[in-house]
Amino acid sequence: MNRSNTAHDTFVIERSYDAPREQVFKAWSEPTLKARWFAGSSDALGAGYELDFRVGGRERNRGGPPGGAVYTYDAEIRDIVAGERIVYTYEMYADDARLSVSVATVEFRADGDRTHLVLTEQGVFLDGRDSSAQREEGTRSLLASLGAELDRTAA
Amino acid sequence: MVERLAIGPASVSELAEPLQMTLAAVVQHVQVLEASGVVTSEKVGRVRLCRIEPAAMSAVEGWMVERRRAWGARLDRLGDVLREENAKQPNEENL
Repeated sequence: MNRSNTAHDTFVIERSYDAPREQVFKAWSEPTLKARWFAGSSDALGAGYELDFRVGGRERNRGGPPGGAVYTYDAEIRDIVAGERIVYTYEMYADDARLSVSVATVEFRADGDRTHLVLTEQGVFLDGRDSSAQREEGTRSLLASLGAELDRTAA
Repeated sequence: MVERLAIGPASVSELAEPLQMTLAAVVQHVQVLEASGVVTSEKVGRVRLCRIEPAAMSAVEGWMVERRRAWGARLDRLGDVLREENAKQPNEENL
């Protein structure tokens, strides 16, 4: 039975905002503004959250429940068209375990005075690890014993 | 078999077809899966319908659902921030 496994997922989320495109883009590019909605508070800036908004720049966010795993979001910006598009790749970690690798594309489309935002994320989920890591470990051993049992019954 | 059931519930004969297994062999495997808690089955009329136990699939599905949920919540907060910026009064800028 394979010890490693992957699962792929792609999804698109769209939102329409009552704000001009430049302002919505600014909320993605200015660290103090982005920290407020992405990390939950502008206080997170420099305290777990960082953003270096340029192609090749990094964005990181760390956090987690007290006493629990530390979750790390580690992104690198790959493409910027000012006011129109941001493409970045990111990995998610629980402590040192890599959970997923993703490509995210954010597109900003002007709609009069409003902005239509389209976020597309494509990701691979690694080895079935997730926030319910213990349950997963249980599932993994369950599936391992199941595999052994099936091998026996098939033989 | 588990991959097929991850798509949705299936009868024993539906499970047997792509696997080129006999019904008896499939029933035996389903029993193993049930004993392991991965699958549940129930008799619906003359057909035994098998379905995945949600908890057993939660790692992968949970990740996918969580990514969408997290993004939905964040993009809603972005809307809040944009509204706050638009509505900002001079006396609030000192807070």
